[in-house]
Amino acid sequence: MNVVEASGLGKRYGRTWALRDCTLEIPAGRVSALVGPNGAGKTTLLNMTVGLSAPSAGAVTVLGGRRPGSPAALDGIAFVAQDTPLYKNLRVTDMIAVTRSLNRRFDQRYALGRLDELGIPPKRKSGKLSGGQQAQLALTLALARRPRLLVLDEPVAALDPVARHDFMATVLAAASADGVSVLLSSHVLTELERVARYLVLMSRGQVQLAGGVDDLLAAHGQASLEELALHYLRDATPEVTR
Amino acid sequence: MTARTMPARPGEPDAAPRPLPWRRMAGVTWRQHRLALIGVVVLLAALAVWLWHAGTSVHNAYAAALACHPASSAACGNLVNNFDVSAENHFMGSKGPGGVLLQLLPALIGAFVGAPVLARELETGTFRYAWTQGFGRWRWALAKLALLAVVLAAATAAFGALVSWYYQPYSGVFYQDSPFGNLFILRQVTFPAWTLAVFAIGALAGMLIRRVVPAIVATLAVYAGLAFAAAAFLREHYLTPLATSNMNISLPGASTAWIISQWSTKGGSFAFGGSPPVSLINQYCSTVPPDKIGPLGFAPCLAQHGYTMWTSYQPATRFWPFQWIEGGWLVALSALLIAVTVWLVQRRAA
Repeated sequence: MNVVEASGLGKRYGRTWALRDCTLEIPAGRVSALVGPNGAGKTTLLNMTVGLSAPSAGAVTVLGGRRPGSPAALDGIAFVAQDTPLYKNLRVTDMIAVTRSLNRRFDQRYALGRLDELGIPPKRKSGKLSGGQQAQLALTLALARRPRLLVLDEPVAALDPVARHDFMATVLAAASADGVSVLLSSHVLTELERVARYLVLMSRGQVQLAGGVDDLLAAHGQASLEELALHYLRDATPEVTR
Repeated sequence: MTARTMPARPGEPDAAPRPLPWRRMAGVTWRQHRLALIGVVVLLAALAVWLWHAGTSVHNAYAAALACHPASSAACGNLVNNFDVSAENHFMGSKGPGGVLLQLLPALIGAFVGAPVLARELETGTFRYAWTQGFGRWRWALAKLALLAVVLAAATAAFGALVSWYYQPYSGVFYQDSPFGNLFILRQVTFPAWTLAVFAIGALAGMLIRRVVPAIVATLAVYAGLAFAAAAFLREHYLTPLATSNMNISLPGASTAWIISQWSTKGGSFAFGGSPPVSLINQYCSTVPPDKIGPLGFAPCLAQHGYTMWTSYQPATRFWPFQWIEGGWLVALSALLIAVTVWLVQRRAA
């Protein structure tokens, strides 16, 4: 099964195409990474995948043929948006109660246990948590929904190195222990090295390259993800960062 | 931070799928909007205590004057005078500023509760969280708006009933105020209806403008236009006004009718509208004392010369039909605006 299938997918804002002619099959059961510079169309693609926006051209389905935003798709996909939006004036326990109310499935014991492990005080307002804690809270709420697909938009861009490492460890644990498929976008390459098994390179609103990481590295004779990405994106993308 | 790999085990009872009934939004809405709702209830409760206190003194003065026997005695005249003074000079009376201030209530409550519902989600980005949960975005929006609307309507209807109680002595035996003039938009039907309308305008403005403060400002501006249109153009046409040539209908303080317009006829055909033209006054009525001027002042004089003054009016018995007509169209408007807002939430791209 593919968690995301897109054919000829495009999104236009006014007269500008944020994403053009995107045809993709992202396989289930692994961590897949959308890599590209800012403005490459990663967020646009993810927004259409989670049903936040509708395509201007082509089509995208999720979880084996379901329409994004349909009840089954909403049940099966958890999304953590860029900058991990939370209700800043709600306490951590309120965020848990709200997320539990809004979903068919919610593992409260997992959520509470995980926050306890992380040392996040349950009575604190989520806006008063550190950036890393907010990201972990958003991720915990998403995982407690027991999604089949976890979608993360630039999850670590705003985090310090320790928080980045901890965040990706949680993602990896969910992916390996529970078989959650993960689709994440990033312009930070270093954190992906250890986790991504499927890679989609994007720039200027188009998919440049897609495939299993090992296959791509072998086929293109590169030693690392970073070299591969730089090789493909260098011309278009001076701002790809380490 | 050592054991950070606690897995989410499928099959635990905690994680079994449960249905998603609408009532789940009650807790969500309460958690997110409790500050606004508590604020509204506290504000209305404080004003209610004050209004009850003020109303009790006017009611007491009225009851004392009403119970006095014999009514023609000087002592009773003093009590009636006491009531008149108390009713007129009161903060809410015709010489007090209270009524004007209270008229802002539907606008303030509706705008400050309604505009942030969607604007804050869009401004802070939390709509990306809310609209990707299993509940589904149109159900989320409809449930939230409907719940807030019901709570606001209940609170404002209760306050409106108190306003009506307050004004009872003003349309009683001694003091004949038109109920249309005494805070018509703050009664138990119109207060919730106006609050709902402003709330719905706010929700839609928030969805379109996507920022809290501009959405509140826009809501207040739209409300001002709508309230002015209703008061100046719409309300008097809810039912066809009655017409009479009885001049007592338009005596201020002695009639509970709402005067719409006045005109005069002579010999069965229209002569002039409103005040008589100067030429006519100079011709027939130049001796009328200056404190009697206005259409009513000249009417007895002109009547001697064959003129009949007509008054079109809405009788006080139409107060409740007018309440329900105004409440009806406002609630219909609110429902329409909320439907459009929910449709936009479902359709609008992020």
